[in-house]
Amino acid sequence: MSEEQKSTKSRRIVPIGPYHPLQEEPEFFKLIVEGEKVVDLEINLGYNHRGHEFISPELTYDQVPFLVERICGICSNSHPFATVLAIEDCAGIKPPARADYIRTVIQELERIHSHLLWLGLAGHFVGYNTVWMWAWKYREYVLQVFEMITGNRNHYAMNKPGGVRRDITREQIPEIEKAMDVVEKKVWMLTNAVLDDPVMRARLEGVGILTKEQAIAYATTGPTSRASGVPWDVRRDEPHAAYDLVPWDVIVFPEGDVLAKTKVRLLEMIESVRIIRECLKALPDGPIQARIDEIPPGEGIGRTEAPRGEVFHYIRSDGSNRPLRHKIRAPSFMNIASNVVAVRGGSIADAALTLAAVDPCYCCTERMAAFEDGKQKFTWQELLRLSWQKTERLKEKYGK
Amino acid sequence: MSKLGLWGLKKSPWVYHVAAASCNNCDIEILELLTPRYDIERFGMVLVGSPRHADALLVTGVLNRKSLPRVMEVYEQTSKPCLVVCIGTCTCNTNIFRNSYNAVGPYDKYLPVDVYIPGCPPKPEAMITGIVKALSKL
Ligand code: SF4
Repeated sequence: MSEEQKSTKSRRIVPIGPYHPLQEEPEFFKLIVEGEKVVDLEINLGYNHRGHEFISPELTYDQVPFLVERICGICSNSHPFATVLAIEDCAGIKPPARADYIRTVIQELERIHSHLLWLGLAGHFVGYNTVWMWAWKYREYVLQVFEMITGNRNHYAMNKPGGVRRDITREQIPEIEKAMDVVEKKVWMLTNAVLDDPVMRARLEGVGILTKEQAIAYATTGPTSRASGVPWDVRRDEPHAAYDLVPWDVIVFPEGDVLAKTKVRLLEMIESVRIIRECLKALPDGPIQARIDEIPPGEGIGRTEAPRGEVFHYIRSDGSNRPLRHKIRAPSFMNIASNVVAVRGGSIADAALTLAAVDPCYCCTERMAAFEDGKQKFTWQELLRLSWQKTERLKEKYGK
Repeated sequence: MSKLGLWGLKKSPWVYHVAAASCNNCDIEILELLTPRYDIERFGMVLVGSPRHADALLVTGVLNRKSLPRVMEVYEQTSKPCLVVCIGTCTCNTNIFRNSYNAVGPYDKYLPVDVYIPGCPPKPEAMITGIVKALSKL
C-alpha cells in the first residue's frame, strides 16, 4: 500500500448540515479528519435559496425593503438599511437628519441583540449553558425596546426610501436609556465572567486562529476580520447615517483566535450602547421622511456594517418604480470561506466552536454525523459531548 | 394509541424543529421559547435532537426545491401520530416569496398540517397557544 493510500485511508469525513434550525444560510460543511485532527474542510452553500434578487424587480421601491428584511431574521435591519441607502444614492437625495439618527439607533440595537445571541450560542457550544440562558435573557431587554419603537420584536420595517417609517417619541427615550443601562451592566458582567474564567480562556484561546494575512486574503469582514487585526469597519471608513456625528471606537484585536472574536463582539456591544446614548442625546428635531418623487435611471450602491460584517446592495433603475436589477452581498458569504483555514489543524472538539466563531453557523446542533464505511459513527450530539468533555477536563485541571 | 401514551403526549410533548428555507427569525423565536423569559419546559415541552423522538414537528420557512425532499424525509422518520405545526406566514402561504422560482408552495400541499401559526415571525406567546391548541385536539 502506498503512503498516499494509507493516509487517505485513515481519513474520515464528518458532515455538518445542511440544515440547522439556527443557521442563517443553511450551509453544508464536510470536515475531513485524521483521528482527532481536522485536515481539511469542504463547504457547500445554497440550501436556503429563495430567489430574492429575482423577486425584487417585481416589487416597487417601497416594497423592496420588506423583501430584503426577510433575507435574515437577525440582520433584519442591515439589509433594508443598505437597500434604502442604494435607492437614495440612485435618486440623489439625503434623508432628514432625524431619520439618520433613528436609523443608527436601530442598527446598533440590532448589533447588540445579534452579538448577545452569538455569545449565548458560543456558551452553549463549550458546555456553559448558563452563559446561553443569561445572554438570551438580557437580549430580551433589547427586543422589548424594539417592540416598543417598531411594534415588532423582529423584522422592524423601519427603513423606507427617504427616511424611516416610525419616529422615536420623547417618552420612549428614557425607556430606551433604562434598557441600555441594564444591557451595559450585564454585558460587563458577561465580559468579566468569560475573561476571568480560566476554563473559558483555555477553551477559546489559541483556537481556530485566522492570521491577518489570511483574513485579508479571504476578504473577511466584520468582527471576523477585526479580531485578526484588520481595522476595517464600514461605519467609520464610509460614513453614513449618523456614524460620523457621534464619538465611538472601532474595536480591533490582533490575535485572530476565538477568544479575540469573542472580545471584539463583547466590546462592540459596549460601543453600541455608547452610540445609542449619544444618538438619543443629539437626536435633532424635524421630519423623519424626505419626499422622493422619482427615481431617475442610473445606479446606486448602499453599504453598511451589519453585526457580521459589510452588507453590500446595488440597485439599477430604469426610471420606473421598480428596480431593474438588485444585487445583494451578505458578509457571511466571505466569512464562511475563511473557515477553511481557521479550522485546519485543530481538533474535532474545537471544530464546532471555530465554525461557530464567524457567526454564520454557530450552532449546528443536531445534524452533524460522522460516517465510517457508510455507517454512522458520531452524531452531532456526540461531537457536542466531545466539546463538553474537553471543558470538563479543563475544569478538573483548574480545580473548579 | 394507548390511553397512557396519549396522556404522556398531552402532558409532555416533545417537539422537533425543522427549518426549510427560513429567514431564521422564526427559528430564533422557537429557541427563545427555551430561554428564561418563556421557558416552555415548564409545560413539559422539550426540543429534541432527533425526529424519531418527536411528538410534534415545528416547521418554519418556505419550502424550496432543495429542502422539500429533506422535510418529507424528516416527516417520514417521525413516529406517528405526529402533529405538524406550521410556524410563520412562510409556511402557511409562502409569504412574500410566492413568486419565487424556487418556492414550491405551502406545506399543506405536502404534509397533513394540524396548526397554522401565522405571523412574521409569530410572537412566542402565539406559538405556545398554537401548540397547546394542537394538543387539545387529540
Ligand atoms: S414567516 Fe417571516 S420570520 Fe418566519 S421564516 Fe418566514 S420571513 Fe422569516
